[in-house]
Formats: sequence, structure tokens, C-alpha cells
Amino acid sequence: MTPLAEIAGRGWDVVIAGGGNAALCAAIEAAEAGAKVVILEAAPKPYRGGNSRHTRNFRCMHGGPLSVLTDSYGEDEYIDDLLLVTGGKTDEALARMTIRRSEACLPWMEAHGVRFQPSLSGTLSLSRTNAFFLGGGKALVNAYYRTAQALGVTVAYEAEVTHVALAGGRFEAVEVRQGETVARIEGKALVLASGGFQADIDWLARAWGPAARNFLIRGTPYNRGRVLRDMLDQGTLSVGDPTQCHAVAIDGRAPQFDGGIVTRLDCVPFAVVVNKDGARFYDEGEDVWPKRYAIWGRLVAGQPDQVGYAIIDAKARELFMPSVFPAVEAGSIGELAGKLGLPAGEVEATVAAYNAACRPGNFHPTELDGLATEGLDPPKSNWARPIDTPPFQGYPLRPGVTFTYLGLKVNERAEVLGPEGPLGNVWAAGEIMAGSILGQGYLAGFGMTIGTVFGRIAGKGAAAHAG
Amino acid sequence: MPDDAGNTIAEARRQVEICNACRYCEGYCAVFPAMFRARSFADADLTQLANLCHNCRGCYYACQYTEPHEFAINLPGILAEVRGESWERFAWPGPLARLFQRSGVALAAATVAGTAAIVWSLSALGGAAGGAGFYAVLGHSAMLAIFLPAFLLPLVALGIGLRRYWAEVGGTRLRWADIAAASASAARMKNLDGGQGQGCNFEDEDRYSNARRHAHQAAMWGFLLCFAATVSGTVLHYLFDMPAPYGFLSLPKLLGVPGGLLLTAGTAALAWLKMQADPALGAARLWGGEMAFVALLGLTGASGLALYAATGTALVPALLALHLGAVLGFFLTLPYSKMAHGPYRFAALLREAQLSRG
Repeated sequence: MTPLAEIAGRGWDVVIAGGGNAALCAAIEAAEAGAKVVILEAAPKPYRGGNSRHTRNFRCMHGGPLSVLTDSYGEDEYIDDLLLVTGGKTDEALARMTIRRSEACLPWMEAHGVRFQPSLSGTLSLSRTNAFFLGGGKALVNAYYRTAQALGVTVAYEAEVTHVALAGGRFEAVEVRQGETVARIEGKALVLASGGFQADIDWLARAWGPAARNFLIRGTPYNRGRVLRDMLDQGTLSVGDPTQCHAVAIDGRAPQFDGGIVTRLDCVPFAVVVNKDGARFYDEGEDVWPKRYAIWGRLVAGQPDQVGYAIIDAKARELFMPSVFPAVEAGSIGELAGKLGLPAGEVEATVAAYNAACRPGNFHPTELDGLATEGLDPPKSNWARPIDTPPFQGYPLRPGVTFTYLGLKVNERAEVLGPEGPLGNVWAAGEIMAGSILGQGYLAGFGMTIGTVFGRIAGKGAAAHAG
Repeated sequence: MPDDAGNTIAEARRQVEICNACRYCEGYCAVFPAMFRARSFADADLTQLANLCHNCRGCYYACQYTEPHEFAINLPGILAEVRGESWERFAWPGPLARLFQRSGVALAAATVAGTAAIVWSLSALGGAAGGAGFYAVLGHSAMLAIFLPAFLLPLVALGIGLRRYWAEVGGTRLRWADIAAASASAARMKNLDGGQGQGCNFEDEDRYSNARRHAHQAAMWGFLLCFAATVSGTVLHYLFDMPAPYGFLSLPKLLGVPGGLLLTAGTAALAWLKMQADPALGAARLWGGEMAFVALLGLTGASGLALYAATGTALVPALLALHLGAVLGFFLTLPYSKMAHGPYRFAALLREAQLSRG
């Protein structure tokens, strides 16, 4: 770990707040342009890399087969996919610029140490659009740290930027805390790549409401939004709904922070889902799970105590990706309800009413099979088979927050905007500015695309300014 | 790391179930596709996965769940523990494996005892009348009387262990295709190439390097060449009535000299790499025994070369005792030392070939 004392007063060209994908892309670009660069990463070394640690792929436009990507994926199809999930809440010019630049990023990533692998088992639907990192996001982060350090970039861990000192709309220095040490680090240009605020539960609770205290945070505990808050307090422009976060339904037994991919639970389409009172509250079979898991984050958030329970029977046990936590299992619905801490009578009545509403028909777990309930409210539109074969299994569900939408407004040069236009020497990249492009929803692998494209732009811009 | 077998296998199951829910490491080696074919893991499945793992460590450095994360994943470490315990369980007689796997001192003692036995043989039995080269120091019949049982008995013991392994992992009748697939993997050390030829994460944390793969290749091919040299000598002796010593352009020397060089260089490199690597990502309890085994293999190669170089000098008796002592120690401990990893891993590759064929 590089102590702050060795970093302060060394006349940095480019200071980078944050240590994830966007920060590293900026650092590498700036160092290759000849700049003297320091990365200030709030996390300790084992947790370096922000939410990039938990990512696994990069959504990439391409005109023909490219590296591990098959076929082609053009700008128009890409932007259509994006508009579908954001419901139009996107800056289309910025979005199209990001998409167009993604194609050149993939070879750049490979040239800087990132290795890709063909689409993982169970994700074949993404083999054309998303390039998967060999070993996942932490392997990408490791490769970029190696590359950056070989280029002479200095890295300080456990170094949290607490304040950006601006004067006359220009960055002069950042205040940094590392353990008990506080230092002021000056530089010619600043890149802000320190993520959103989803790990600050108090802030989430103020924004969303007290229910947010029951949310789990899927990613890093180090995205506390200190820099974002500090910049907004100093009058820089914001973008994105300050009250919203992207949340998916995950296993309710996941750790409070950093549970990552293994806490996902894909059984909902084959289950009935009840709340803590034993009542159903939404159509579990509305659509295939990849198109519904985000909706279920909000649905569960809207239930009492922000918890739900998915109940399946023996027929459904092997139809979904294994969960990291074993299912709660019992020989009867009543016994299962007891083990889950639910009122047995209500759960039995709910399951009985559901079973009575199921109709014969062909069941196809991998497609919309139209096997729907009749006369049930809410209905189950697909995969509705009676839950009648013991052993019965239950999984608790809670909302798992992935990221927050509120961010700094930037232009196409990744420059942070104030009321009078761009600040003279401050750039932003990654989750801290992603709200400009992702105003709502999420598109798999697009966070890494935004981070890579804007990180590179920010790094080049900052280095050019400093040089 | 837990210390008894039940805890080790339970800890391996806990970790493998987390890996099976993540799957980010699918591209590194054969372990992950093998794992992802299952939803639950019996003890025998974990034994098979553990023996399939070549300890390249790519998955460890890529893992988002290593300590200090509460999931505390260290898959290469726990699979190494399971692997070591499986060899102790399968070995016959079992206590010998516990001794020689874990204790480098025991392995060194076996070598010293082997050398002492040879020295005693030299003085008691002496050279054969009219024997040339090293046969003048220790006669061919005496050498055979010592080494034939010292070679065959360990092979029988190893065979018993492998049969136990094959039964536990549910192996079926072998086909040529299984042998071809396993041989192709072993010959190239496919599972040490990181999935894309970039190599392991061994001697310098997450930096990929083929150093270990190449060093292991040198040691393995060197060992096989030395073995082939010995076999060719035996064939020349019995079928063609051409006893040693052999000239430089003879088959035993053409195989043995490069073999000895590769074996010596490969084991030296492996020992150096092992010193650089993090012992916590292997079976930490077996580190001493493993290191002693590498040293013993290196000694076998180096003393053989020295013996050849010393031809015709007064050093021959001493070097012969050292070389034959090392060979004797190596063979006698073969089913119980780290050497067992080769046959067991080959068996795991054979079983994987069967399973992946579907």
C-alpha cells in the first residue's frame, strides 16, 4: 500500500478518484499519453475495482465476427435494445456515441491485458452481443492494474477522496483520507470515477424511503457516493432520478454487501411467490426471467418488510441455475411455511387456490408456454403447474441493489458540467455519470461499455489538458 | 484449513457449490465444465474434481469471493487438500502415504537409507568378475536383485491405489478415445495453460506465465526419457546381449543424457517456482513432502549425469552409490510420495474424458 505521504506534493498531471474499470481505463490512456498519474482507490487491495469486480461481460457493437463475438450487432439494433429498457430515458446522442465507440474498445481491451472467453454456459443468448471476460470482472481489474502499474501509474489503496477543492470552477486539489491520515493532493486534471452511492444505506433510505434499510447491496461496500455528494453540493449539474436505484430480486439470505452473482435466484417463473402474510402479489409467469428479474426487485421492495418467498415443488427443482444457498425443504406446504416463518394456513390456502386454477397443457420451461391459470388474481400467465409434489422447497427473496441512477452530468468529451458549462479540468467516467445514458432499467454489459468508453475519453482529455 | 477428512470434503463441497452458482471461471480448465455438469456433489465427485485440478490458480486470483470476503473461497487450496487426502486414502498400505506425502524428512531418510543399502551392497557383494564400467563396482545380478523388487512392488501398490480410485469415481471400461484424450491433455499439460495458452497464476500472484507449465514439461519428459533409457538398456542387455557400459551414441545414452538434463533443469525450476508461490493456495501441510520429492527427482537426474561424467575416475563408486540410492528411494516411496500425483491425475483425465463424452 502506498502511503499518502508519498503521494502528496508530487505534482500529478492526472489525479483519478476511484479504482474500477472506468478509473483504470482513464489511468492507462493518460499514462500512455505521457501523463504522471495517481489512482486513489477507497477500497483495500483485495476489494479493489468497485463494482467491476462483480461484472462479467462487455456489450459491444460489431460489424462482423469480433474476437469471441459471433455474427454482427449494429448501432441501430444496440440503441433499440437500450431504448427498450430505459423507456426512452437516455441521452440518445451520448448513447449512440458510446455504442459506436464500443467496437474499437474490444481490441483495445485485449491489447491492455483483458482476456475474453466465449459466452458462459446458460448465457448463450448473449453470445452475439456480449463479450465475456475470462475469469470475470476481477480478472479484468487485475489485468488493468498490472498494465497501469507497468506504465508507471501510482496506486494508493484505502485512499478515499472526501472533498474536491474547486476554485473558480477549476479543480485545484482533492482531500483524501487513508486510515487516520488526511492529505491534500494537487494535480492539473481530475478524473472522477468513484461510482454511485448505493452502499450508503442512509442516503438510500432518504432517497427511496425507510424500506431501503431492508435492501441488500449486491456490489462493493465502498461506493458510498462521497465524491458525487461533494460535487453536487458544489453546484455541478446532476442527471438521473435521485430517488431511484436498480434493484433485482435476489436470495434473501445474501450478505448485506458484495454477494454478487451467486445470490441470484432464477426460480420465480416456476414458483408461486408469497409475501410475509402468505399472499401472492404478482404474476410470476409474466415473461422469461431475464426480462423480469429487475421488476421483481421493485415488487419485493413494495411488500411488507421488503421480503418475498418463492415456493416450488420437486418437479421444478432442476429447472433453474443452482442457488448458492440451499433451499428450505419440507414434506408439506404447511411444514414449509412454518420453516420459512410464514402463517401456515394462509400459505396452504394460497397454494390450494393456485393449484385449483391450474389447467392441463404442455409445459416448456425455456419458452413462453401459455400454460396459464384460470380465474386467479393475480394470474400466472406461463409455466403454471400445480405445486403438489413433495418435497416442497422455499427460497426467501429480497431486493438487491445493483446501482443508483443519480450522477454527474457530462458532455460527449466526458467533461463534468457546471451551471456555466464544462468545469475547466474535471472529467467523469463510469457509474458516477452513467445516469446520463441509463436513466432507467439496465442492459446487460452496458455499464462496462459506458465505463470503458468514457474512461478512455476522460483519460485522454485529462492528459491532453495536463500536457 | 480443516484437518480431518470429513471436514475437508465438507469444506470442498461448500466452496464448489458457490463456484457452481457463479461460473465465471468456466474458461480456465477442465475442472469447471466438469463441475457445471452437476447440481450436487457426492464425495466421489469432489475426489474426481480434486484430482482433475492441476493447481494453476487462475480461478483463485479471478475470484471475487476470496478472503476477506465471508465466502472465503480458495478452490485450489481446498482441492489440493482433498487430493492429498484421497491419495492417502487410496494408498496401500495407507500409513506410508501419510508419512511420505507429509514429511520431507521421511523422504530424505528413505533416500539416505537407500544409499546406505547400496553402499553396503557394494562392500558385501562387490563388482562382478569381469564387469565393465559400473558393473565393476556393483555386479549386474546384484543390481537386479535389489531393483527388480524395488521397482515391481511399488508398482503393484500403486496399481491397488489406482483401482480404488477408479472404483470410487465410478470409472467404466476404458476406450481408446479416453486414452487418446487424456494423453493429449497430459502431454501438453493442457490444464496448466490457463485456457488460452497464457499459463498459470503461480509465481507472481495474478500474472500469467508458462514458467511452471514448461518446467513441469521438462521434468515430466525428462523423467520419461530417463525411464526409456533404462528400459532400452535392459532390452540391449537381455535381447541383444549388449551389457553396459554404453557409448555416447547408444540408445541408453541418447535417451538418458537429454532426459537427465531435462529432469535436473525442470525440477530445479519447479523448486524455485514453488518457493515464490503462495503456499496457502496448495496443500500447505504437504509442502515439505512435495519439496523433498522435487529435490529427490532432481538428485536422481543430476547424480546420473555426474556418474556418466565421472566415467573412469575414482569418483564412480561414490556417485554410483548416490545415484542408485536416489533411484532406490524414489522407487520405494513412489506410491506414497508426490509422484503418485502423476498416475492419479492421469486417471482423473481418463475419467473426465469418459464423462465429457456423455
